[in-house]
Amino acid sequence: MEYKDYYQILGVARDASPDAIKQAYRKVARKFHPDVNKEKDAEARFKDIGEAYEVLKDPEKRSAYDRFGANWQAGEQFRPPPDWDAGSYEFHGSTAGAQGFSDFFEALFGQARAQSTRQEFRMQGEDQQAAISISLEDAYRGTRQTLTLNRPEMDEQGHVSMRPQQLNLVIPKGIMAGQRIRLEGQGLPGHGGAAPGDLYLEIHFIPHPLFKAEKRTIHLQLPITPWEAALGASLTVPTLDGKVQLKIPPNSQNGSKLRLRGKGLSTEKTQGDQIVTLQVVLPEAHTEEQRALYRSMAEKMAFNPRTDLGV
Amino acid sequence: MSHNSNAYLQGIVLDEETYCSFGELCRLCGASAEQIHEMVAEGIISPEGRTPAEWRFTLVSLHRVQTVVRLHQDLHINLPGCALVLELLDELDSLRSLLARS
Repeated sequence: MEYKDYYQILGVARDASPDAIKQAYRKVARKFHPDVNKEKDAEARFKDIGEAYEVLKDPEKRSAYDRFGANWQAGEQFRPPPDWDAGSYEFHGSTAGAQGFSDFFEALFGQARAQSTRQEFRMQGEDQQAAISISLEDAYRGTRQTLTLNRPEMDEQGHVSMRPQQLNLVIPKGIMAGQRIRLEGQGLPGHGGAAPGDLYLEIHFIPHPLFKAEKRTIHLQLPITPWEAALGASLTVPTLDGKVQLKIPPNSQNGSKLRLRGKGLSTEKTQGDQIVTLQVVLPEAHTEEQRALYRSMAEKMAFNPRTDLGV
Repeated sequence: MSHNSNAYLQGIVLDEETYCSFGELCRLCGASAEQIHEMVAEGIISPEGRTPAEWRFTLVSLHRVQTVVRLHQDLHINLPGCALVLELLDELDSLRSLLARS
């Protein structure tokens, strides 16, 4: 197993006072709490931080840890000496979650168990949080997906390890990014025969090359020519539901928005639309004939778009 | 714990279209009636209905309640602090998605 440098995890010196350690813990716990920090590794780091504090806040565990700390570096392969007694440590106000501490911690300090005996200990399983990334097409239509989750499993010796398990899920149509799906009873197992916790699945969208989603609305930038804008046109436009015809009204401007009803993320109850934003693109003039066309426009359509600027 | 590997699990979407009662919210969150009352008083969740018996919460409330419970337990933040944290996180989310669209 890997050696964990608890001082490095909390960002304190090896001779830090208990007050300094507590202060550092509070600060870094706030920084990496998974509800506040949305980075992928926040949860794992938060777990490490709790474990580091569990050891460094207790003088007995800290001195035991220090005895081995001097010669090891974070990440190195570590094994405790043969005469090491891991069973003699007590746990008060443990910062461990249901998933317990790392292998490294347990090798040094044994398994943190509840104060009551194992047979009497009965508690509902903890909830589990997971995230799943889907495409906008999947969100539009609804989909079925298989999710692989790491869950703790207890072997015959009572040792807990993380095992991947597969779950088959229905993702309903019209789901939005950031929404959560609650799957009752699919969380972590309960103790002493109690019910398991629940699974909460957060939806993320894979970035789409054409569309951007904002809540229920799908946004598309549509490049058009100056004559399509000025004269109006019927254009083929992509949607999550395939290609549709869109009427551009005459005298449209750059930035004008047009709505395609029902082509956004719609549920049974609520409709979502697609908003198409017109982007007028000017063809460059490279030949004399092309320049002449533009000069002709300047003569025949004289107007000053800068009058508001007073120039 | 066994999973039927052929079954597709449906689950409920925690959206603003689905409602639950006061009692159901307590059960779904694992929170006490008193905790939910305090959170309503703090404005963390806002039910429809005039009396607690009539209260209806959207399922979005579930996540807010659970986040507050975790922030309180893990980081020792008091209830008004948790309310402010949630509001700031909402604002951060809005700003991030605005940035992503530009």
